[in-house]
Amino acid sequence: MSFLPTLAGKTRSFLSANSRILLWVPTLLFLFSFFFFPLFKILALTFNLETFTDLNNLRITFHSLRFTFYQATLSTLLTFALGLPAALLFSKFNFRGKTLLRALTAVPFMLPTVVVAAAFNSLFGQRGFFFLLSSFLSTTFHFPLSTNFVLHPSPFILILIAHTFYNTSIVIRIVGNAISRLDPKLEASARVLGADTFHVWKDVILPILRPSLLAAALLVFMFDFTSFGVILLLGGSQFATLEVEIYIRALQLPNLNLAALLSVIQLIFTLIFSILYSRTINQVSTQTAPRFSPTRPAKTLTERIFVFALSLLLVTFFFLPLISLPIRSLTRLEADRGQRAEVQYGFTTDYYEELFINRRGSLFYVPPVQAALNSLGFAGITVILSLALGYPAAYALAKPTRLEKFLDPFLMLPLGASAVMMGLGFILAFGRLIASPFFIPIAHTLIALPFVIRTLQPALASIPERLRQAASTLGASPLRVWQTVDFPILSRATLSAATFAFTVSLGEFGATLLITRPEYPTIPIAISRFLSQPGGLNYGQAMAMATVLMLLTTLSILLIEKLRFNNAGEL
Amino acid sequence: MTKLPTAFRLPLLAFCLLLTACAPKGPTTLTVMTHDSFAITEDVVIAFETANNVDVVFLQSGDAGTMLNKAILAKDAPLADVMFGVDNTFLSRALEADIFDAYQSPALSDVPTEFVLDSSFRALPVDYGDVCINYDTKYFEENNVAVPASFEDLAKPEYKNLLVVENPATSSPGLAFMLATRAYFGDGFLDYWQSLKDNGVVVVDGWETAYYNNFSASSGQGPQPMVVSYASSPAAEVFFAAEPLTESPTASIVAPGMCFRQIEFVGILKNGENRDLAEKFVDFMLSKQFQEDMPLNMFVYPVNLSAQLPEVFTLHAQVASQPAAITYEDIAANRDSWIEAWNEVMK
Amino acid sequence: MLELRNVVKSYEGKPLLTDISFTVAEGETICLLGASGSGKSTILRMIAGLDFPDRGAILLNNLDLAGTPPHLRDFGLVFQDYGLFPHLNVFDNIAFGLKMKGFKHEGHEVHKGEIKKRVHEMLELVNLTGFDSRQVTDLSGGEQQRVALARALAPSPRLLMFDEPLGALDRSLKEDLLNEIRGILHQTKIPAIYVTHDQEEAFTIADRILVLHEGTIIRDGTPSEIWKDPQSAFVAKLLGIGNVIEGEVVEMQNVKTEFGVFALDCNKHVGEKIQLLVQQSSSPSRRGARGEGEAQIQLTVEDVLFKRDQFQIKGRGGLVIHMQEAPRIGDVITVQVQVKCLS
Repeated sequence: MSFLPTLAGKTRSFLSANSRILLWVPTLLFLFSFFFFPLFKILALTFNLETFTDLNNLRITFHSLRFTFYQATLSTLLTFALGLPAALLFSKFNFRGKTLLRALTAVPFMLPTVVVAAAFNSLFGQRGFFFLLSSFLSTTFHFPLSTNFVLHPSPFILILIAHTFYNTSIVIRIVGNAISRLDPKLEASARVLGADTFHVWKDVILPILRPSLLAAALLVFMFDFTSFGVILLLGGSQFATLEVEIYIRALQLPNLNLAALLSVIQLIFTLIFSILYSRTINQVSTQTAPRFSPTRPAKTLTERIFVFALSLLLVTFFFLPLISLPIRSLTRLEADRGQRAEVQYGFTTDYYEELFINRRGSLFYVPPVQAALNSLGFAGITVILSLALGYPAAYALAKPTRLEKFLDPFLMLPLGASAVMMGLGFILAFGRLIASPFFIPIAHTLIALPFVIRTLQPALASIPERLRQAASTLGASPLRVWQTVDFPILSRATLSAATFAFTVSLGEFGATLLITRPEYPTIPIAISRFLSQPGGLNYGQAMAMATVLMLLTTLSILLIEKLRFNNAGEL
Repeated sequence: MTKLPTAFRLPLLAFCLLLTACAPKGPTTLTVMTHDSFAITEDVVIAFETANNVDVVFLQSGDAGTMLNKAILAKDAPLADVMFGVDNTFLSRALEADIFDAYQSPALSDVPTEFVLDSSFRALPVDYGDVCINYDTKYFEENNVAVPASFEDLAKPEYKNLLVVENPATSSPGLAFMLATRAYFGDGFLDYWQSLKDNGVVVVDGWETAYYNNFSASSGQGPQPMVVSYASSPAAEVFFAAEPLTESPTASIVAPGMCFRQIEFVGILKNGENRDLAEKFVDFMLSKQFQEDMPLNMFVYPVNLSAQLPEVFTLHAQVASQPAAITYEDIAANRDSWIEAWNEVMK
Repeated sequence: MLELRNVVKSYEGKPLLTDISFTVAEGETICLLGASGSGKSTILRMIAGLDFPDRGAILLNNLDLAGTPPHLRDFGLVFQDYGLFPHLNVFDNIAFGLKMKGFKHEGHEVHKGEIKKRVHEMLELVNLTGFDSRQVTDLSGGEQQRVALARALAPSPRLLMFDEPLGALDRSLKEDLLNEIRGILHQTKIPAIYVTHDQEEAFTIADRILVLHEGTIIRDGTPSEIWKDPQSAFVAKLLGIGNVIEGEVVEMQNVKTEFGVFALDCNKHVGEKIQLLVQQSSSPSRRGARGEGEAQIQLTVEDVLFKRDQFQIKGRGGLVIHMQEAPRIGDVITVQVQVKCLS
C-alpha cells in the first residue's frame, strides 16, 4: 500500500484517509520522541502505585491540589475582571496608542519571571517609583499622602496580581477576537426590538460569546494551574502548587515517587482541560461570523470615561512596570559612600557599555550580541521546526474527523507537563545527547507547537474548498493551488504563528528542561547569570539585557498585531 | 524496563544520530558537569586544554540540587566525566547514590584536612564560602540601630520585618542558614524560627529574589535591610559596583555560630570514559592557578592554602572565625526531616 | 407621523448629510434611493436611535425622539444580511421582541401563550409555518430574510425600516419577496421606510420616492411624478428614466445636439452646455402639431435585444428605445420622442 497521496483521479480530495494519516506522522513522531517517550521513561522509573498508600504523600498531594485549584480559580476570576473590559476596549474602540498598549499587554507572557518581579519591584517596591513619587509629594507639597501609600500586598495577593499580569492578554486575544467578530447588526437588532443594555448583554452578546469566554477561561485556568516561576518567586515557602511541589519533591527533598504521582495528577487535569478546551474552541469558530466589525472612537460621555479610565488602568498595570525596566537600565543609583549623603540618581549608559566588556576574561562571559544572535538563532529554528510540524497537523485539524477530535487535546499536553519531570525524563531518554544545542529549539518547539497549530487551524479551515476546486479545475497543479489559493490566505496566519513560536523561544519557555552549554548562551540565560552575583553593575546589566529582550518581544508582538490574520483564532 | 514500539524507535534513532553528528568533535573531549553558578576565566581553561590536548565542555545543569539529581538519574550512563558543585549539605546524598569514583589527588597536600569530609576521597573539596547575614550599613547608621550580634537579637522587636531569608527547600544558602540555626539551638531551632516568623521574617524561594528584590542595599532596593547571603558578597558589591566604591554598601554579620561554612566538592563520575583526563582535571581544580582564578569568578575562597586572595577580598570580604558546628553526617541523617519540620513551622 | 427636520450628520469629520427633511405619513411606504455611501443607512440608524444627528430633529407625532433610547422607540429594522441571532432558533428569534416588550412594561410579563400565538401568526404571514425549531444558521438567504421580517413585525412596530433587505438575494427570490413585503405593508398599514439603490425595487414598493444625493433630498415625489419629470440628470440616470444627452443652446429656444436641433426653452443663455432628457413618446403625434419638446429623430440601429414583450433597440450615441417589432441592425428608423430640459 502506498502512503503517497494519489494525485491522479478526477475528484482529488485534499484529505484522503491516507494523506490524513500522513499529515499526522511528523507531529506525532515529534511528540512521541520528545514528549511521550521521555515522560514515559521517567514515569516508568518513578511512578509507583504504593505511593498512594502513604498517608503523608496523600496529605501533601491533597494540600497542593487544593491550593492549586484555589489560586487558579481566583487568578482566573481576577484575570477576567481586567481582561473582559480590556477585550471590549480593544475590540470596539479606537484610541491613540491602542496598538502599542495592546502589544504591551502581551509582553509579560513572554518575559522571565525574575525580570517581571524586578519590574514590579522598581515600580511598587519600597524604593520604587511610586514610593518616591508619594514621598516627594508629601514632603514638597505637604500632600496628605503618608508613606503608607505604598501597599504591602501579601504574597498570595502578589501571586494573583502576577497571574493577572501574565494572562490578561489571553482573554484580550480570545474574547476580544470574538467580540470584534460579533456582527454589530445583532446588537442593533436587539436594541430596536426593545432590549436595553442589560438585555442586549444577557440575551444576545454573552450567549454568543460563551464558547470563547469558556475557551479563554480554560486556557487561563490551565496556565494558572501549572504556574511555577510566579508561585516559587512570590510565594516563598507558604504556597505550593502541584508544579512547585513536584519541583521540591523531585529535586530538593528527594521523593521521586511523590513527584511522579503529582505530575501524573497534573497531566490528567491538563488533559481534561485540553479536552474541554478543544471542544469549546471548535464552537468558537462555528458560532460567530468570520468577519470583523470596525472599531470606532468613543462617542458618548460614558464611552469616553470607559476608554479613558480603562486605558489609564492598563497603562498603569502594564506599561509602567515594563517601561520601568528600560528606565532602570539607564539609571545610576549608587555613589561612593564617602561622598554621598542621599541616594544619587543619574543617567548612565554604563550598563549597556559594560555588556560588551569581559572584565574577568570569563569563559562564561556572554557577549550581548552573541546572546542576542543565539536567542534569535534558536528562535529561528524553533519557528521552522514548529511550522514544519504544525502545518500538517493544522491541515488535518482544519476538517476534523474523529481521528482529529481524538488527537487534538493531546497536542496541548506539553503545556501542562511538569518541566522538572520532563527534564529528568530527557536525561533518561537521551543521555549525553541532551547536551546537544539542538535540544534547545526542540524544547521550545514542544511549547510553541500547540500555539502554532491553534493559530494556523482556523485560517486553514477558512479556505473554502470551492476555491481550491475552482483552481484545480482551471488546471492548476497541487503546488500551484497551494501557491495561489492557500498561501495568500495563510501568509498572515503563518506569520502570526511564526512570531508566536519566535517569542515563546525568546522567552525560554521550558528552559528548565535543559542542560545548557556555555557556548550557546541566550538572553534569558545571560540575565540569570548576571543576577546570580551581587553588585550594582550585575543588576544594571541584567536590566539592560532584559530591556533588549523586552524590545525584541515587543517588536515581535507589534508585528503579530500588524499582520494578524482576520480569521486567526489564536488560541 | 519499558520498550517503545519498534516503529517509533527507528526514526528516533535516526534523529539521535543526526544530533550526534552535529555535535562538535575535538581531539578528546572531557565533559564537566557543573551548577549554573560555576564560572572560570577562559585563559585558565585554555591552559589546561593545551597542556593536555583536550577539549573541555562544561554542562551547566541547574542549581546544585538539580544537578545532583540529574547525575544520580544518569548514573549508569553518566552525562559527564567530572562533576563539580556538590556542597556539604548535599554531599551525603551524592555519596549514598555512589556516583563518584575515589581519587586521592596529590594536590590535596595543600588542602587543610578539615575540608576533606569524605575520607575515602570520592569527593574532593575545591572551595568554601560562609553563608551569613548581610546587612545594609546605611540603614543601620541612619536609623541608629545596632547591628544584631546574635541569633537571639534577630527575634527582638527592633528588628521586626527587617530580615529576608531563603527557603531551605529550594535554596542552598537558605538551607545553610537553617543548618546554622540548628547547630546553634539544637532541637529548639524550630521554636526560634517560630519567633522569627512572629517577628516578620520574610521567606522567599531563592537567593536572587532575596538579594535583588528584597534586600535594601542591593540595586533592587527592596524593603529588608538584612538578607541571608555570603560573607564574600560585600566584596562582590565593590567589585561589581557601577561607580568605583571605596567601601561596600553591605557588610556581613560574622558573629560566632551565625555563619554556615559551605564547602563545594568535585568528583569523578563513575562509568566515565576519560579517567586519566578526569584525574588531571581534578588536580587542576586544586592547583594554584585555578584556585586563584576562582575567587573573582565565583566569589568563594580557595581551599588551597598557597593560593593568593585578590585584594578586593582582603579589603571587603570577611571570614567567619567560628562557623556553625554541625557535621555533614548529622546533616546527611536529618536534612530532609529538618526541612519538612521547618516548612511546617513557617507555613 | 414621522418627520425629519433639517438633520445634519458628518462621518469621520466629513459632512455626510447636509440638510435632510422629509415626512412619512400614516400607512405610507417611502423609498429612500441613493448611491452607496450616500448616507441612506445612517438616516435609518438615526431614526432607530442607534446613531445621533449632529443637528436637526427627528419627531414622531410631533414629539422629539432625541431623548428616547432605541429600545423604547417601538420601531422595526430589517437588514440586508438579516442580523438574526445565531444562538437562537427561528421561534426564539421572532419571539425576542415580544419578550423584550414584556420586560419593558415591568409588572406584566407578556403571556407565553400570547407569544406563541403571535409568533405562529408571523410565521404564517411570511410563509414559514412549521419552521419554529429550525436553527437560523441552517436556513437559506430568503428564509432568513423572512424570519428577520417576521421578527421585526412581531411586536407590531410603529414604523418599519428596511435597509436594502433584498441586496443579498438572487433575482427571482428578490421579486417574490418584494411582492410579499409589499403585500404585508399594505395589509398591516405600518408606515415604512425602504432603503435601496435598486430603482426597480423603488418603483415597485414605494408610495413616494426620495432621492438622496450629496447630503440632501434632491427629489421627492410619487413614482409616476418622478418618472414623468425627474428634473435632474442625476435622478434620471439613477432611476434609469429615458436617455440623457448633451446639448448646447445655440439661440433662444433652440438646443443643438448630435441628434439634431430641438426647439426648447431651457432658460439658459446662448452657448451654455445643457443636458436633455430624451424619452420615447408613447403615441406618435400628428405631423406639424408638435407640442413643446416633441420631436422626431433618425436613429441608426446598432443593436437589438429581445426583452420579453418588446425589443430594446440600441442606437447611435447610445440612445435606447423600445419597439414592438425588431428592426435590422443598420436600419435607419424614425423615432417620436419627448425632449425635456434637465437641471
